[in-house]
Amino acid sequence: MPLELIGITVLWTFLYGYVIIASIDFGAGFFSYYSMLTKKEHIVSQIIDRYLSPVWEVTNVFLVFFFVGLVGFFPDTAYYYGTALLIPGGIALLLLSIRGSFYAFANYGARKSRIYMFLYGITGLFIPASLSTVLTISEGGFIEKVGENVVFHADRLLMSPYSWSVVFLALVSILYISASFLTFYADKANDIQARDLLRRYALFWSGPTILASLLVFWGISKHNPEHFRSMLDIAWMFVASLICFFVAIYLIWKKKRLGLAFTFVMLQFAFAFYGYGFGHLPYLLYPYITIQSALTNSTMGWALVIAFIAGLCLLIPSLYLLLRLFLFNAKYVQGRK
Amino acid sequence: MDSVMWSRLLTAETLGFHIIWATIGVGVPIFISLAEGWGIYKKDPHYILMAKRWTRGFVITVAVGVVTGTCIGLMLSLLWPQFMKLVGNIISLPLFLETFAFFFEAIFLGIYLYTWDRFKNPIYHWLTSIPIIIGSTLSAVFITTVNAFMNTPQGFKLDKITGKISDIDPIAAMLNPSTPSQVAHVVSSAYLTSGFLLAGIAAYHILKGRKHDYYKKALRLTMISGFVLAILTIIAGDLSGKFLAKHQPAKLAAAEWHFETQTHAPLIIGGTLDEKTLEVKNAIVIPNVLSILAHNTPSGKVIGLKDIPRDEWPPLYIHYLFDIMVLIGVYLLIVSGLFLFCLIRKKRNEWNKWLLRSIVLGAPLAFIAIEAGWIYAEVGRQPWIINKIMRVDQAATTATQVDSMFYLFTALYIALTLIASMVLIRLFRNKGPEAELEKIASHSSGGMKNAT
Ligand code: HDD
Ligand code: HEM
Ligand code: HEM
Repeated sequence: MPLELIGITVLWTFLYGYVIIASIDFGAGFFSYYSMLTKKEHIVSQIIDRYLSPVWEVTNVFLVFFFVGLVGFFPDTAYYYGTALLIPGGIALLLLSIRGSFYAFANYGARKSRIYMFLYGITGLFIPASLSTVLTISEGGFIEKVGENVVFHADRLLMSPYSWSVVFLALVSILYISASFLTFYADKANDIQARDLLRRYALFWSGPTILASLLVFWGISKHNPEHFRSMLDIAWMFVASLICFFVAIYLIWKKKRLGLAFTFVMLQFAFAFYGYGFGHLPYLLYPYITIQSALTNSTMGWALVIAFIAGLCLLIPSLYLLLRLFLFNAKYVQGRK
Repeated sequence: MDSVMWSRLLTAETLGFHIIWATIGVGVPIFISLAEGWGIYKKDPHYILMAKRWTRGFVITVAVGVVTGTCIGLMLSLLWPQFMKLVGNIISLPLFLETFAFFFEAIFLGIYLYTWDRFKNPIYHWLTSIPIIIGSTLSAVFITTVNAFMNTPQGFKLDKITGKISDIDPIAAMLNPSTPSQVAHVVSSAYLTSGFLLAGIAAYHILKGRKHDYYKKALRLTMISGFVLAILTIIAGDLSGKFLAKHQPAKLAAAEWHFETQTHAPLIIGGTLDEKTLEVKNAIVIPNVLSILAHNTPSGKVIGLKDIPRDEWPPLYIHYLFDIMVLIGVYLLIVSGLFLFCLIRKKRNEWNKWLLRSIVLGAPLAFIAIEAGWIYAEVGRQPWIINKIMRVDQAATTATQVDSMFYLFTALYIALTLIASMVLIRLFRNKGPEAELEKIASHSSGGMKNAT
């Protein structure tokens, strides 16, 4: 495989990892706050805490990995996106900082305060909204090179229906992914009450997720026909995604094999995410940067790949240990340890 | 002010803030692990509790370290896009490796926090502290190699006319001449500072009249290691000085107000400078010492600023920063040395009020030394962002509105400081170790459910 493809595949995979585990986290924040408002917190908050507490820092590293890796493999992206995205990037950072620290304050600190919970819940919706606009921007039309300067047209972004459909998709997917994971987790914990509540959330958000995906398809076809056409070339991926969706919903509906159901949710997003990404190639930013034009020199590129493989050899056993201790350990999940 | 200035301010502010928490993040795990290991070895529940209580505070500071670190990571691209575009080609390897170190640390921190009584043999729990130390120390090592690269860039060829780079060697870029001394100094000073932080807390409680053995044990543990670390830090600082003499003479000369290239150069401490006549007044002048610092011999020749083009002089106020750092280093060595002396000579009283007060003072001073050291190292490189390759003003973003970002992040850092302090106070106030030890003694099974 050529270097640029290896690079983008690695990065895209980490972004996918971030999308899944951060969605669980973001959605959980929202559900915690929502259940606090509706006085149902005794039902879900324990489930949420037991899963999230040990992993929040790991979630953050996925994101760091993505943007550090992006600049490493494709240094030109730093120049274009960096110059253009000062304000939106700054705001996303601010939200991430509030969320990360307040999570720790609330969970490891002395007590849970309503304000922390509110900030934790609400940032969980704004962060994905602001991060997802980066994907919108990559479709082109929002960043322009004028002479020596890189200009970002924030007004166009705000007025674009496509951009809003992406934000909408990000929000509902988060709630859907999160609820289906937590349903599974509550089931493992034998907490029937929590499972049933979370299952209802999962089913509730599944409809809007599909609706939003269709909107985004339509939006891409209008905004960037070239990208849309290359997505049509691999239409089978999106069909596969839809099938996975139906399987997942069926299982959740029947309350059967919830772990498998969540696996299908992950597959559903994997097919759509890689399908979208594959169609996007070779562009990193329409029409300025492609993976070939932005690629770092090959010495550095291969050094990064080797570092990556070495890193994985360290990470995979550690992640396995983490999951074994906290996700697949029935006693821990049920709160007996 | 223009974008360049605002970018500098925002970067300086973010790094200056991050470094406080990062230092704790690098250093405290060592002490947690030491305490737990020693406690298991000696079967002494005091030390185990010490490790638990330190961990509880540590997770709060780590959280701030992580979020501010994420800020810098992204800000480097937002504020210095030209810089990242260039260095992305040469020095992204350690940045990339650093994320693996973070991963490693984050995973095991999660495990460490929530498995206090999950293992039958406590050694297994202690073992999970080792990857935390490795991860956090390696993240300091990797990021410091990036900073070292900015001091002594190598591992590539730059065509000055086209601005194209070629012949890239990522390993050589990482292992540049500045790396050994700087890494040694950064890591040892982070350990030292964390040791003094924990020692200061223990000493403070003893001064407040707490008599429990717990505090004395904590103080002994941290002060004995503190003494060793103070020596190592000074040795590493001395190596840094020798490195500067060879590779960044402008930085050393500016820090020493050393203008004429000469042998038998004197060390200047404090004083005032007339920037026009370059005359130094009111300073303590120690003959020959600068030459010794730079070359180990009084006859070593130290390059003076007059041999460096005027527009490449760093700001001369860094002299004071250097002095502050060195004085604090000597102070920390003396305080921990005195404590050790009293401890060994049983006739002396190591719980002397003045000694304890000096230890308490040592904690904030150590952090001041860290800040002074970093500002010295960074400002001393001015006007270069990458020494002799790229100037700061060529690297900054062309975007406007950096000023509003600056205000926004200032507010964030103030809020984080206030809230983190409040949370820490609430976590520990009226919850002394005495009560917890009693609880452990009464159900002799020992241990608490988890870190919270
Ligand atoms: C507790 C902290 C602390 C203490 C006590 C000292 N230092 Fe330091 N020093 C640092 C913390 C620090 C630092 C924060 O770690 C710096 C900033 C940048 C760097 O590489 O390390 C640093 C930088 C730094 C540099 C510049 C390195 C460069 O620019 O590459 C020199 C020459 C020294 N130090 C020398 C000393 C000496 C001779 C000390 C003797 C007492 C000393 N430091 C004590
Ligand atoms: C690797 C990328 C880095 C970049 C691009 C960078 C860039 C800069 C720049 C441009 C400044 C402003 C200088 C001035 O105002 O005179 C600065 C200041 C500073 N940097 Fe660095 N630096 C880097 C690494 C580090 C590291 C690893 C640290 C350690 C934490 C650090 C600590 C500081 C501090 C404390 C200041 C404040 C100096 C002042 O007050 O002006 N820097 N940095
Ligand atoms: C240019 C300078 C720097 C950058 C870009 C940077 C970047 C980061 C990032 C992205 C994180 C968050 C990692 C996570 O998500 O877990 C972080 C945390 C951390 N940084 Fe920095 N950092 C810089 C300077 C430093 C320095 C100079 C040190 C050490 C002396 C340091 C030590 C740490 C440590 C130990 C953590 C882990 C958090 C903790 O345990 O407290 N960093 N840094």
